[in-house]
Amino acid sequence: MAIIASVALLITEHRSHRLDSLRATLSVVVDPLKYLVDLPTVLIEQAADSVSSYSTLKRENIQLREEQFIDKTRLLKFDSLEKENIRLRALLENSFKLGEQLLIAELLSINTAPYENIVVVNKGTRFGVHPQQPVLDANGVVGQVFRALPFSSEIMLITDPNHAIPVQVNRNGLLTIAVGSGQLNRLNLPFLPNNADIRPGDLLITSGLGGTFPSGYPVGVIDDFTPITNKPFVNITATPKAMLDRNRELLIVWSDSSPVSLNAQPTASKASETHPLDQSTNSESVNKTPEGEQTGTAHNTQSAGSGLARKAPAGARAGTNSR
Amino acid sequence: MNSHSSSLGRIIFTIIMAMCLRIAPWPGFLSNINPDWVLLVLIYWALAVPERVGIFHAWTVGLLTDVLTGRMFGQYALAYSLIIYFCLMLHKRLRQFPLPQQGLFIFSCLLFSQVLLFWLKNIQHPDQLHLSFWLPVFTGTLCWPLIYTVLRRVRLSRRTK
Repeated sequence: MAIIASVALLITEHRSHRLDSLRATLSVVVDPLKYLVDLPTVLIEQAADSVSSYSTLKRENIQLREEQFIDKTRLLKFDSLEKENIRLRALLENSFKLGEQLLIAELLSINTAPYENIVVVNKGTRFGVHPQQPVLDANGVVGQVFRALPFSSEIMLITDPNHAIPVQVNRNGLLTIAVGSGQLNRLNLPFLPNNADIRPGDLLITSGLGGTFPSGYPVGVIDDFTPITNKPFVNITATPKAMLDRNRELLIVWSDSSPVSLNAQPTASKASETHPLDQSTNSESVNKTPEGEQTGTAHNTQSAGSGLARKAPAGARAGTNSR
Repeated sequence: MNSHSSSLGRIIFTIIMAMCLRIAPWPGFLSNINPDWVLLVLIYWALAVPERVGIFHAWTVGLLTDVLTGRMFGQYALAYSLIIYFCLMLHKRLRQFPLPQQGLFIFSCLLFSQVLLFWLKNIQHPDQLHLSFWLPVFTGTLCWPLIYTVLRRVRLSRRTK
């Protein structure tokens, strides 16, 4: 009986997604365990926070202030560049892709399978997370949502052997695909011909092809390699930019991959719409999740360009190359 | 009746503990050799109190483990129910065995479960697994005496009172 039932389940799951609701229901039962296992880490972190000394905090504060100052200055330039970009795209009759909305999710320190690069975070479908959403951290692309459960979701890292991400070389726009290697510090680029224009130290960014990842986010940096002359393909590896094994906070992105139409405004941009030219709204959190819940975790990074973006005509799909 | 319900509580509690151990963030190499605690605990209870742990219980626990570890539905459910079936069939004989001989049986159980998972994984999408995929079988067998003594104490602690 049990065997028949499990085989039936296996086949159903393999063929369709009809069991997702059952999984969601059962996950409500077992998800508390994930949080229970995560509890010691959280407690230790809180304890470390509360005992960190005044001087450490002060030093950190100064450092963060400096960083924020630099970032703000960069953003000033970014705004003007973005507006210029929108104007140029308007000239080209190309639609401008609006910024993305972000949700901060915290990693649950649990390990479901050692031989897979899959991590679990504490935000699930209750926060509007859905499969195939891109996940970033402060340095680059982390992966994509693999399975969303009510209270947690599983994220496949870009280094998972089953994961591939379309990338392009930032220097010259060369398109290729980065495949996970199974190691947290290595990406493979198996589809580059021997004479490809690629150098060690080149930055790889997402190309936006494939539609899952928004374009322009850093993915990795090319490692040193030695060209092999008698083979058609070179074996090039890259190191991911994101700190895959060190970060506890990840950003889940709602990217609007459809072009912006003249009338429709994505919900993500509404919050900052009122002050399209006020620089200070850029970096401030507006506490807006997709469902509009006030949770204090969602940040809107929509830049001040939304006012102008409405004037951009809706042409073809948002360009694959944002530069 | 009361004693029965309390022993069921113990079984559920130990299985929950095993699930926590299963997903605990073991540092570095330890995560590679983290044995299948849930299965070991299930096997113990199936051998010790076969009248309380049935194939259906094993199947349910397996289904929960599937959800917990993000596997395909029914993978662990199938493995656990098959192994508990063997255990229930052989429990009278196995209880007479000395610990090393039991260990051999546990080893074959764990190996069978891992082979089944390997096979199912390959059906979904063939990819090469690292050799360390098989390590939990060995560590699980080594952990069996520990599980046996701990759970035996859990089971008998009530009777001594």
